[in-house]
Amino acid sequence: MSPREKAPGAPAGPRGPRGPREAGAHGAAAIPGTAHRLRGQAATSAERLQRLLALVPYVVSRKAVGLADTATAFGLSERQLVDDLNLLWCVELRNPDPFCPIDLSYEGGEIVVSQAESMGRPLRLAVDEASALLVALRMLADIPGLEDRSALSRLIAKLEAAAGEAAGPSAQVAVQVDKPTGDQAIVQIRDALERKRRVHLRYYVPGRDEATQRDVDPMRLLVVEGRAYLEGWCRRAEGVRLFRLDRILSIDVLDVPAAVPEDAQPVDVDQGLFRPSADDVHVTIEVSAAGRWVAEYYPCESAEELGDGWLRIGLRTPDTRWVRRLALRLGEDGRVIAPEDLRAQIRQDATAALAAYASG
Amino acid sequence: MSRRKTERLLSLVVCLLSTRRYLTAEQIRRAVAGYPEQPEAFKRMFERDKEELRELGVPLETGSLSPLDGEDIGYRVQQQAYELPELRLEADEAAVLGLAARVWQHAELAGAAAGALLKLRAAGIDPDDGDAGAGAGARQGIEPRVHTTEPAFGPLWEAVRDRRPVTFAYRAAGRSEPQLRELEPWGVVNRHGRWYVAGRDRGRDAVRVFRLGRIEGDVRFSGPPGTVTVPAGTDVREVVRTWDSVPPRENTAVLRVRPGAGYGLRRYATSPPDADSSPARSVPSDSVRSDSASPDSARAGSARAGSAQAGWDTITVPYSDVGWFADHVASFGADVVVIDPPHLRDAVISRLKGVLA
Repeated sequence: MSPREKAPGAPAGPRGPRGPREAGAHGAAAIPGTAHRLRGQAATSAERLQRLLALVPYVVSRKAVGLADTATAFGLSERQLVDDLNLLWCVELRNPDPFCPIDLSYEGGEIVVSQAESMGRPLRLAVDEASALLVALRMLADIPGLEDRSALSRLIAKLEAAAGEAAGPSAQVAVQVDKPTGDQAIVQIRDALERKRRVHLRYYVPGRDEATQRDVDPMRLLVVEGRAYLEGWCRRAEGVRLFRLDRILSIDVLDVPAAVPEDAQPVDVDQGLFRPSADDVHVTIEVSAAGRWVAEYYPCESAEELGDGWLRIGLRTPDTRWVRRLALRLGEDGRVIAPEDLRAQIRQDATAALAAYASG
Repeated sequence: MSRRKTERLLSLVVCLLSTRRYLTAEQIRRAVAGYPEQPEAFKRMFERDKEELRELGVPLETGSLSPLDGEDIGYRVQQQAYELPELRLEADEAAVLGLAARVWQHAELAGAAAGALLKLRAAGIDPDDGDAGAGAGARQGIEPRVHTTEPAFGPLWEAVRDRRPVTFAYRAAGRSEPQLRELEPWGVVNRHGRWYVAGRDRGRDAVRVFRLGRIEGDVRFSGPPGTVTVPAGTDVREVVRTWDSVPPRENTAVLRVRPGAGYGLRRYATSPPDADSSPARSVPSDSVRSDSASPDSARAGSARAGSAQAGWDTITVPYSDVGWFADHVASFGADVVVIDPPHLRDAVISRLKGVLA
């Protein structure tokens, strides 16, 4: 094909201002998520290049596709997309003969690629890309009763085949899913979710050492950090609550339709499952080297080194009963510093426990 | 970011893809717009561009132009090595693909997952990626997520991927100071929501597992890519599982538990099972120790003796490690009292005294 003499697109100067080289002087900023990069890094021309390499086959594989739909699929504004299309159209090899490898138009809001040369297929999956999908899929396959196992294993096999060598390192990353006692509960919960039924739970609350009874209207089954949770509207608390499946002592699916209030707010799983609220009590605990696990186990707001392995931890909680139990567990490896009344309470707890030993 | 550079790199990819023969650097300079005339400047820019393409995963091949002329090297990209092979997905497969991509949302591999989806879309696949909660997972009420809050995840994954040894400062459990470790990393595993790295510890010449949350400061590469060999047949999941597994519960404790309390222990009791969950329920006789008491007989016995613990249940619970179990029992305070064995009883009393120390 000869060098560009024609314009590719819409009647009113398809390229916007004529002269491909001037089109869209400002490159579209890469949209987070459309290009492969680790968090926090700035957008680069490499990322835009990845997008451009995907754009041609995206259109080719669909024969023709709308500007608006494509912009949505790529997370771009239509203006940014048009800028990308213009850039692709402008590609020109000058030697030995001038040659324009890509020809396309977006007249009337529909993109058609009439010439894609050797760019009609997407680039192979990189190791990181193949790994991200394969590790996630294998994790899903590990969740009992959670997904269509047959679809998962077929998809894993297809992706492994398509990724080829790039699939190799994914075997070195794994996310294990806890499944000690939750299997039966998962089956019941899926059943309740599908049939939109209320469930009755006997649920263990370790922080209070209580086996509680409650009716819950299931909303979602969450699997976060390898642990499964039932998210539901707790009729006792009249709020959205999370129930860890391994703490469900027993579950019955009731013959009552679930009634989740319209305004029930699902937990934003990407913000962390447990967030402190303004009403929480601020607790300060100091732990020895042997008690440092506390900082790993509980969501802490602050951790300050005190020397000799000791750590001062700050955390907020709506209910301090579990802190009392934690303090008894830590013994001399921990000391609650604040609040003062909690500290006094813990001394009473220990004194009462020792008294029980003295009398029996 | 530079539009001109994007254009140049794009032209370079097309140029290398459209040739069957190897092209010399000079041929490439003449074909691709945007390279400087000046040879040194061109060489520098061309080197950087090649590096960028390789980082993107473009399989850039280097070869000699003719067998007789070994000096003049050329470049090309083979279509077959470049292209994602044909891939057709059924509707149910595309649905779980979207769910899988969401697993990493906001975690370290989120960008990689999005990059993969981009390419699969480009291959004509329409993953159900559940925007605005319309995805398959959301419809079925399922939301799986993995987080990578540990800063060490990124560099360790790179090290595993590229087979490079690393060094880092590590504070082992119970240690007051971190120690410098050098590791040949074999894999990273998430277990109970925490990330671990397993590999050969060079300093100790032994297999070790490290928790990423206990790594302090930066992870540094201590060798070039390709210098770590993972022994054949290694299953990193198994290595971490073995390291993290709870020893068998071979010991038995007899505990007295206040009614309505101690559920965290009752759950694991061998006799009577789940004693107080439904007091009216009959307890199978074979699970009741003959020398101990079922809840009913304990109550009866205590009542007869007029003990201060009237109504308390006596349960038998298996455990593995005295230290850990003593901590656990102590956390129940005055609701649970160890009857036997004596060293467990002493350990709990010592914890409780420690609180008052």
